[in-house]
Amino acid sequence: MLRAQSITCVRGDRLLFQDLNLEVHPGEVCQIQGGNGVGKTTLLRILCGLSLPESGEVLWNEALIHEDPGKFQSDLVYIGHSNGIKLDLTPKENLTFALTLQSSIPDVSIDEALDRVGLSGSQHLLCRVLSAGQRRRVAIARLYLSRAPLWVLDEPLGAIDAAGVQGIENAIGTHLDQGGMAILTTHQPLHLQHAAIRAVQLDN
Amino acid sequence: MPGLSTALIALVRRDMRLVVRHPSEVIHPVMFFVIVVALFPFGVGSDPLLLRTIGPGIIWVGALLATLLSLDALFRSDFDDGTLEQMALSGHPLTVLVLGKVFVHWCATGLPLLIVTPLLGGLLGMAGEVQLTLLGALALGTPTLSLIGAVGTALTVGIRRSGLLLTLLVLPLYVPVLIFGASVVLAAGSGLPTVGHFYILGAMMILALTLAPLAAGAALRISLN
Repeated sequence: MLRAQSITCVRGDRLLFQDLNLEVHPGEVCQIQGGNGVGKTTLLRILCGLSLPESGEVLWNEALIHEDPGKFQSDLVYIGHSNGIKLDLTPKENLTFALTLQSSIPDVSIDEALDRVGLSGSQHLLCRVLSAGQRRRVAIARLYLSRAPLWVLDEPLGAIDAAGVQGIENAIGTHLDQGGMAILTTHQPLHLQHAAIRAVQLDN
Repeated sequence: MPGLSTALIALVRRDMRLVVRHPSEVIHPVMFFVIVVALFPFGVGSDPLLLRTIGPGIIWVGALLATLLSLDALFRSDFDDGTLEQMALSGHPLTVLVLGKVFVHWCATGLPLLIVTPLLGGLLGMAGEVQLTLLGALALGTPTLSLIGAVGTALTVGIRRSGLLLTLLVLPLYVPVLIFGASVVLAAGSGLPTVGHFYILGAMMILALTLAPLAAGAALRISLN
């Protein structure tokens, strides 16, 4: 379970949010909502431990995430605003590298993960020649390669076409059915069957 | 679970592969180095005695500037494309990953500088054994330059157009390497013992090797915040 307690975030002179509380339990998805610039990405980065909040704390299974970052990070997959892929590598090379960084051994092979995101024909092209949506799909393929219970996804559906969106929704659904949890931001409506969606609204 | 050494080797292989696919990152600093050093005889005249005296200094300043120019590439692309975030969240200590990145950076910039140095030494009229001393000094000094530079780059990678700030931060720290690196060559040219200089250059490298990755790892976390 991930719990954030009275998080306050200040960027520059601006107060982004104050005393924000949030809880995500296994099998739940938490959707962070709000317009552009309200601090959705910043909140996700705080929940991952990449950024530090002005005050407040984030707990993973009742332990502060900064106390044992290695343990928390091995339970986490983060797909940020940037895809986290090198444009001068092929999708397969990118995923091979991502796999060596993570701690769990995946159930599926890299080829299979690329197949699931619809990139099986492009696996030997450099990511530089792929479209924005295809590059996003390379990042999304990391979800299939991880067994981490917590997914933190920043605009996972950005630049993805309708078929791709459905694939991602299915992946999130399966993940939740297996007792996983997801925190995400998206401007598109999310269609998840039998999943509890918790909404957190950020505003100015 | 893939261990730290696996991750480090994978990172080194990935960065080597990126260097091979983007050879301009290797070629440009070396070309810069060659051109800067070759400009001096045009400027100060071709008096062999003068060139022999100022040669070591010219080559060292050229090497400092070439390293400095290449530093931005060390973390910039990883920072921009989000792979640095992924490394920070991998659970592996950034300190060790930084060491891998600096190693590749040195192979891509320090090593090529060493390779072209005999050519430039000849151009400045250095004798064979003096050139050997110069190569030895550069072999000990250029890793120190890359390591110190990594700290400055890690601190400034979050700032747009940080090139000038990086220069102001890093160049003063390069002064000790420059002093001992150039004076060892002058000592060799005058037939004086050089071993003391080499010890100091070696000590500076070991100090940088121990402390710089720690500082750079911490600075990267701050830059990511």
